[in-house]
Amino acid sequence: MHLYDLPMTCSLAGVALYAVLGGADFGAGLWQLTSILAPGRSDAQRRAAARVREHAHHSMGPVWEANHVWLIFVLTVTWTAYPSAFGAIASTLAIPLFIAGLGVVFRGAAYALRAGGAKPSELGTIDTIFSLSSLLTPFALGAMVGAIASGRVPAGNAAGNMVTSWLNPTSALVGVLAVAVCAYMAAVYLAADAARHGERELAEQFRARALLAGLVAGAVAIAGLAVLHSDAHRLYARLTDGPGLAGLVVSILAGASTLALVGARRLELARGSAALAVVGTIAGWALAQQPLLLVHLTLRQAAAGHETLVALLVAIAVGAAILFPSLGLLFGLLLRGRFDPADADADAEPRVAPPWDTTPIGLLSVSSNGLRARLSLAGLLGGLGLLTAAEAPWAHALGVVSLFVCMLFAFLAVDPLELARAQDGR
Amino acid sequence: MGTYLRDASQMQALSFTVHIPLVCFGIALPSMIAYVEWRHLRGGDPLYRTLARRWTRIMATLFAVGVITGTILSFEMGALWPGFMSTFGGVFGLGFAIEGFSFFLEAIFIGIYVYGWDRLSARAHLLCLVPVIVAGFTGSLMVISVNAWMQHPSGFRLVHGRAVDVHPLAALFGNSFLWNELIHMYVAAYIVAGFLLAMPYAIARLRGRWGRYERTAFAVPATIAAVASPAQVLIGDWAARDVATQQPTKLAAIEGLTHTTRGAAEHLLGWYSHGQVKFGIAIPKLLSLLAFHNPNAKVQGLDAVPLSQRPPVNLERVSFQLMVGIGTGLAALGVVFLFVRYRHGRLPRARWFYLAVASAGPLSFVALIAGWIVTEVGRQPWVVYRVMTSAEAVTRARGVPVSYGALLAAYIVVGCGVAWVLRRLARAPLDGPEDPFGGGPMRALASGA
Repeated sequence: MHLYDLPMTCSLAGVALYAVLGGADFGAGLWQLTSILAPGRSDAQRRAAARVREHAHHSMGPVWEANHVWLIFVLTVTWTAYPSAFGAIASTLAIPLFIAGLGVVFRGAAYALRAGGAKPSELGTIDTIFSLSSLLTPFALGAMVGAIASGRVPAGNAAGNMVTSWLNPTSALVGVLAVAVCAYMAAVYLAADAARHGERELAEQFRARALLAGLVAGAVAIAGLAVLHSDAHRLYARLTDGPGLAGLVVSILAGASTLALVGARRLELARGSAALAVVGTIAGWALAQQPLLLVHLTLRQAAAGHETLVALLVAIAVGAAILFPSLGLLFGLLLRGRFDPADADADAEPRVAPPWDTTPIGLLSVSSNGLRARLSLAGLLGGLGLLTAAEAPWAHALGVVSLFVCMLFAFLAVDPLELARAQDGR
Repeated sequence: MGTYLRDASQMQALSFTVHIPLVCFGIALPSMIAYVEWRHLRGGDPLYRTLARRWTRIMATLFAVGVITGTILSFEMGALWPGFMSTFGGVFGLGFAIEGFSFFLEAIFIGIYVYGWDRLSARAHLLCLVPVIVAGFTGSLMVISVNAWMQHPSGFRLVHGRAVDVHPLAALFGNSFLWNELIHMYVAAYIVAGFLLAMPYAIARLRGRWGRYERTAFAVPATIAAVASPAQVLIGDWAARDVATQQPTKLAAIEGLTHTTRGAAEHLLGWYSHGQVKFGIAIPKLLSLLAFHNPNAKVQGLDAVPLSQRPPVNLERVSFQLMVGIGTGLAALGVVFLFVRYRHGRLPRARWFYLAVASAGPLSFVALIAGWIVTEVGRQPWVVYRVMTSAEAVTRARGVPVSYGALLAAYIVVGCGVAWVLRRLARAPLDGPEDPFGGGPMRALASGA
């Protein structure tokens, strides 16, 4: 392992997390799509289909944005650590990247729009348009992976073929596999979520879907080896009899045990092993493809300078130390059901907190308005002197601080809430 | 082979114009909500709680849209400007990598906050906004550090088209341009979000709805904007002086100054053609005074660089004057608000004031975009100032106009959708079965089935 390998490892970990977490989000959209396409004939069936959509939407609501950021993480790490490779990938594969982008736009807009769409007829329209995008994005991103894996992206500015680089057997394979994995991750997640809510019927529906999607994903993966054999032989050889073999074995074993776990209704465990199958696949691909990143471009050649890599790794380490506890908090609240609607009834009455005046914030509230106004004026004068009249950088820094003091105390002196309370505003 | 530089630039500008107002709300709205919720917790006034919840819905909606428009921007970095990314990703990329973590924290804690109403302890719920507010600042810091580096590049040497001897931290943070750009943008975010949020309540006042709810909802963002707008005049002046010393050609374009001049005049309005400003009102020595605080200072003209290295002068002039003109008007509006508060201890009563605030919302957005045009178009033809031109950076791929058109169409659809949602959210009752963040539909369906 060299220094220049480490950012790629982080980036691939990001890909895996995005596939597992963000994939469940896109997959939820896919299941919305199936419930729209086949809503059933009777009223009861239609209501059940609507519930599937509602469930899919609601259980992803609090986390989809955080899940989506993994994609941004992968992009930024890659373009910092392997800038020339990133430029080559993004320019040659601009079309699938753009398609994925449009999918992200509509998928994200669905969350924003759904928030306001209360009428069932409107919900149906929104869900239809936006579930389609859940199909587009994973396929397009998968096709990009296929393009890189089959060596169709050369170094340089848009140097590869704009169309055949991502419309080819390997890309199609990885694209379809990505869609199947998304559907699968979502079904397992939604089944567990429904079970937690005590919605047996819904949980069983999603469990059946999980089994179906899992079988499809497994079948595609196995059939895919044949595709790789003819279309991307270097990758195939190194995957089946070389450095990538370990990853392949892990992914096959984990995939098989996932199906067994879903069958046995051990849904939480099934999520873990499904994630392991995804990790195994990505690790196998990476190990089989190294040391090449693109055709004729090794990871080492693509890597940025030493100082950049070190700074990036330090940033990732510090960021991870803040990020993972925060993510733990978010998912802990979600999985323990703290965001569930039932709790909201417990205290519809607004709560009153104990007095805050002992806290540092309290200091801002004890002073009189006149004092605040004078502090604000002092800040303004300081800003004028240090920022406008003075020239030195340190004076400018103090001047900015002074101006912020001015703005803060001016705001507090105005005291907008009390101002609005007075009746003579008219 | 020809490239689509113009289309790529337009597409980038479109994506940016759509994203930046959402950024303003992402920066400013959490602190407004935090203030109102904090006062609710201290005093128990249920009206403040209602207000905080209403604004939470707006924040959730706009943040969701900001996530997707921001993603498009990051895709475009590579898809439209591969030459730029390939050469300099290792120099400035770190800024975006750190920004990614800020974005993570924002997404996580906004998720907890939005869905955590009544489900977390009151204090824990309010505290969730602290990382959101902090991440709003650090995120701006990181993005602006990259932009400032493009304006004033350092921390590397270019050898045979490759960046070597790269010091990313020095490149991003050892840059005098960063600080004035950051503060100018950060304060602008509060102004734009403040006026835009005050706008619907000012309109309500004009239509005769002026209960305590409307007054409160108006007063908070209006106060923030009123306080920030006058301060922005000083910050803008600071930024302009830095442009004068670091990017003299941009300053010359802003004024339309062809020849290097001592005691240069400033022209208000007018149109630049054939090397001079026509029909403008000349104020003698003002440019030297403003740019260098010395009425006789020498100001470098456009002719210091070849014609091919000059930005489009009229676009710069018009944008700059638009920004300064609107900014001055907003500052004056803010001073009026503060004066009425100081002298009479009440909100303004004049109808014109509310008309002015209602138009200040869109106008502050125009000023924001105009300011970014001054910054970004003013560094043209360079993408990295005096190091790499935009033409060298742009993709050689075909079909950029197609993506541009598709993105425009998609943004129009999303924009209409968001406008519709915000109207709907403003009317939907809180906590009813229709409350999207209360888990209402789920509950209604579950009990109805």
